[in-house]
Amino acid sequence: MSKAKEVLLNPIFNDNPIALQILGICSALAVTGNLYITLIMCVALTTVVTLSNLSVSLIRNHIPTNIRIIVQISIIATLVMLVDEVLQAFDYESSKTLSVFVGLIVTNCIVMGRAEAFAMKNGPLMSAIDGFGNGLGYSVILIVIAIIREFVGAGTFYGIEIMPLTTNGGWYLANNFFLTPASSFFIIGFTIWALRQWKTEQIEEPEFKISKNSLEGEKGAA
Amino acid sequence: MNNNDTIRKTLIVAVSLCLVCSALISFSAVELRDLQEANKTLDKQSKILSAAGLLDDDTDVTELFQSIDARIVNLETGEFDSEISLTEYEESAFSRNPATSIELTSDNDIALLKRRENFQTVYLHYDVDSLNAVILPVRGYGLWGTMKGYLALEPDLKTIIGLEFFDHKETPGLGGEIDNPKWKSIWKGKEVYSDSGDILISVIKGSVDKNSTLAKYQVDGLSGATITSNGVTNLLSFWLGDMGYGPLIDRLKQSEVKDV
Repeated sequence: MSKAKEVLLNPIFNDNPIALQILGICSALAVTGNLYITLIMCVALTTVVTLSNLSVSLIRNHIPTNIRIIVQISIIATLVMLVDEVLQAFDYESSKTLSVFVGLIVTNCIVMGRAEAFAMKNGPLMSAIDGFGNGLGYSVILIVIAIIREFVGAGTFYGIEIMPLTTNGGWYLANNFFLTPASSFFIIGFTIWALRQWKTEQIEEPEFKISKNSLEGEKGAA
Repeated sequence: MNNNDTIRKTLIVAVSLCLVCSALISFSAVELRDLQEANKTLDKQSKILSAAGLLDDDTDVTELFQSIDARIVNLETGEFDSEISLTEYEESAFSRNPATSIELTSDNDIALLKRRENFQTVYLHYDVDSLNAVILPVRGYGLWGTMKGYLALEPDLKTIIGLEFFDHKETPGLGGEIDNPKWKSIWKGKEVYSDSGDILISVIKGSVDKNSTLAKYQVDGLSGATITSNGVTNLLSFWLGDMGYGPLIDRLKQSEVKDV
């Protein structure tokens, strides 16, 4: 595999920012109630992380070490504000629904994490590809969560009715729990489990081992 | 390799970065402002039309909105005020300014607004020459924040045509169901005032008993969203009462004239 391809595809399953690095969980909880909104969020984040990696990489040789985090954050914040402005101008409905979450891309650890871990050390093209790949990795997980949440919580797929709800005269009683952000925790958890069943090298060494029941040990001794 | 960590270099990088970033942001803000403003106006207009049941997919919103007559009303007296121009009026600025608003006390602030502006924009729709709908901006606190919307009334000023929210922060799927077309359609034909003029409209818990004498004043509650439902009841009671559009409604009823 060529380097570029590896950089692009690795974050999707092998080194997924959400499933393996456990970054960017907050927005994965907040904006996944509805697939369309999720897609907008994914596009916004992918744009920001690609461009921020590119810009940070372009000036990486001139960034003073002391203020590098501030420089990265300023670049990211600028990009986020630009995305927000564009969204308000061209897709007002979604920008209303996403409201603060577009602005909160600034605090998304993936963006800053990639700028600090990759763009500071690699060339502009590779950094942009890395940013785009991580954006895709984020998007894949978010889309999976959104499809499940929208389907179980509202009986629809991308706004198209699949299971008619009882509130609209159908037969499906919507599971409201799936509309609340907390349900994403469970879905993310199961996604991570499924991914690690498939790619077993991602399973981590347990940090603690549960010791044998001490009472039983005493009994054995006695 | 040159040293990036001198004070000189640090300052140069910091200052030039700030300049570039702020230039980019100001540029985009200025360039996109017209589009953004147009979007906001369009969204408001479509919600006003939708509350009055006038929205149809085939016709342009701006064109439909031509038939709506917007007026500034003095909420104290219920009279139309021609001194403030429509473009000058801004709800948030007026409700904050002590000169153009009043402070609400805990017993009359049922919609939890804290302050109420003395002027509001109301929208009248005429069918040829006769009044067809009165659309009133309403707002009040729900669970997570202020819900803002439009209430459209028939010319008898007690029958609802529709209620539409354009801005709220309620939980999607629960309180957010105030945007559900099915729920919104229940409002049509409900009455707000009893024959003696009391405000009876309310969102109740559960479903409305069709045989009850109060059925025409009641709307099914949103399941799992009691606080949002109560918020809707409260904001309607507030805006239809003496502190809200009460004086205007009384005056319109008395005059019964077509040209107000």
